[in-house]
Amino acid sequence: MATAEAHDHGLDPELPLLTTTVEKVVQWARRSAIWPAQFGLACCAIEMMAMAASRYDIARFGAEVFRGSPRQSDLMIVAGRLSRKMAPAMRRVYDQMPDPKWVISMGACASIGGVFDNYAIVQGVDQVVPVDVYVPGCPPRPESLIYGIVQLQNKIARSRA
Amino acid sequence: MTASDIINALAPLVPNASYEEASSVDFATIYVPAPRLVETCRALRDADGLRFTTIIEITAADYLPRQPRFEVVYHLLSISRRARVRLKVRVGEGDALPTVQGIWKGAGWLEREVWDMFGIVFDGHPDLRRLLMPEDWEGHPARKDYPVQIHKTAQTYEPLEVSENEFRANIERDRVKRAH
Amino acid sequence: MAELRTETMTVNMGPQHPSTHGVLRLVLELDGEVIQSVMPTIGYLHTGIEKTAEQKKWQQVIPLVERMDYLGAQSNSLAYAMAVEKLLGLEMPGRVKDIRVLIAELQRIASHLIWLGTHAMEIGAVSMLFYAIRERELLLNINELIAGFRFFPSYIRIGGLREDLPRGFHESVNAFLERFPAKIDEFEGLLTKNDIFRRRTQGVGVITQDDAMNWGLVGPILRATGSDYDVRRYFPYLGYETYTFNIPTASEGDVYARYRVRIAEMRESVKICKQAISRITPSGVWACDDPRVVPPPKDKVYSEMEALIQHFLIYSQGFTVPAGEAYVPIEGPRGEHGTYIVSDGTNRPWRVKMRAPSFMAIQSLPAVVRGGLIADVVAVIGSTDVVMGDCDR
Repeated sequence: MATAEAHDHGLDPELPLLTTTVEKVVQWARRSAIWPAQFGLACCAIEMMAMAASRYDIARFGAEVFRGSPRQSDLMIVAGRLSRKMAPAMRRVYDQMPDPKWVISMGACASIGGVFDNYAIVQGVDQVVPVDVYVPGCPPRPESLIYGIVQLQNKIARSRA
Repeated sequence: MTASDIINALAPLVPNASYEEASSVDFATIYVPAPRLVETCRALRDADGLRFTTIIEITAADYLPRQPRFEVVYHLLSISRRARVRLKVRVGEGDALPTVQGIWKGAGWLEREVWDMFGIVFDGHPDLRRLLMPEDWEGHPARKDYPVQIHKTAQTYEPLEVSENEFRANIERDRVKRAH
Repeated sequence: MAELRTETMTVNMGPQHPSTHGVLRLVLELDGEVIQSVMPTIGYLHTGIEKTAEQKKWQQVIPLVERMDYLGAQSNSLAYAMAVEKLLGLEMPGRVKDIRVLIAELQRIASHLIWLGTHAMEIGAVSMLFYAIRERELLLNINELIAGFRFFPSYIRIGGLREDLPRGFHESVNAFLERFPAKIDEFEGLLTKNDIFRRRTQGVGVITQDDAMNWGLVGPILRATGSDYDVRRYFPYLGYETYTFNIPTASEGDVYARYRVRIAEMRESVKICKQAISRITPSGVWACDDPRVVPPPKDKVYSEMEALIQHFLIYSQGFTVPAGEAYVPIEGPRGEHGTYIVSDGTNRPWRVKMRAPSFMAIQSLPAVVRGGLIADVVAVIGSTDVVMGDCDR
């Protein structure tokens, strides 16, 4: 048979034991319970609320609660257009989050400035914070954002702890 | 209520004011000379046949090549008389208008926004400073000679710890005061 | 005993906060928990929509203004389209008016649902948000049916609508209207007689009628003080004078009164929707008859030369609007909503200014909450139903 035989490490195969690496366990824990910080700015925030609600439940993907305080969260979903006046406040919220932290840029305005190419909107939040996943749309459907979060979970699984 | 009705009603209350009736597709539109603005607004609010007690909008439009450059537009509503009126005042660059914040409290922020976006000063306004743009912004964005797109990376500065007195002093410093 | 020296404490409810309906910064000066003064700072969501709109053609402005008040999206585009049509002198056919009324009322219900969900959640009834969003999903399904997009359908265009109603529209709307009044009863059963809700909302944030008019607050806030001013009754548009509906009012002017007014408005909207849907035929005319403004239907564009040229001209250079200015107010979910447009006779607007009811509401906030507690600030902001996108534009 061409299946991969599990290496038995000299142990009895009937024993209920699971072997893995610390890194894999840590990354599994981190990606399975990503708690977002509330950072809804504009219209995308409403879609984010819809995603957290019962139809496109995000709790089944691990993001159980949206924390009010950035100090208790892992993920900042920048949902909406970032104006120049808000940029320092956003940087401050990002700095207050403890490591490891990730950022999803939700929507066209957060990713690249969106429809608003003018004096008031920062053309992409990656000018202010490092972004891990960009989710396009105006606003992106809740399913798109869930896909974005799943992609982030895959990224965490692949990365080093 | 047409513009002529309103002008006739205002004539005994605000004598010798040269109102101009303007043509419009929606409701009465009157050009008001800037020095008579406050009396006109007070008469519009208080007179029995008028009672324009609700301020709907104060905005401005920049007609750049034309002089005077700006026109400040006031939309008023009279619920009891079921009427609307639009007052327009021609303002040149660098001129100031008296504030109507003493007549309608809702005019306070509307005039602040006109200052922020157009740079038109309102004399007597208690708190004339930036509203929509950051406090240290330069320029008045809604003017026609201000660019739509600017190339500037986002500024994030280090958080500033100020005491309460410094906070209030900063607000005082940002207020626009005209020595009149 | 020596006199204790007390001083007030300054607290910042910063732009990022779970309870401020967007990005609003409040600097509260407190004496214990009693508020001495509030200084709101807005502008954290300023998008420059008005300046950007001056660069676009008339019909390209519609997606921009829809994103202003993002909860009542189609009421923004309705106000803008009506103002431009006033300048153009276009008269809509009856069916278009009825469909627009239906869309406006469904949009009002959708906006009030989010208001109810977030307001109740901030006061403490967290599960209301989930119930409200569940009902709103049905309305977003209807949006998706007519234009393919949940939030900002851009279905209302200058000159009428984008295209005819799809198959299944009547069934979806009727199913929603059958189901919804029972849901309003369910929401009311949870909140209206709830002792905790009443104690947090009755007597809080009182605004008198004269004050409301002086501050420029019109809409549910003014109707909760006893006035029955509603743009649909006083300055009717879209044929609202042919519909039968009541204007709910209350007289106390506090948070609880505003809550009751909006719940009653949802019921009235259902009534209007039922009348509107019975007048709308499943297929028919969807725009007025002006070839300069309304693009021809796609099957003609693909087969006839004149239609192709007309389509091309409309979408490449746009249409010109006669010089002048117009302001057409409508009754949006938050109050009187309107667009003041100035045209210089070309194919781009010279000035577009949206009247923002939330702007006036936040302006009045310091006067309303003075002397109250911090918890009241959250209740009052929720009851005035502010949306920062509307306020900052």
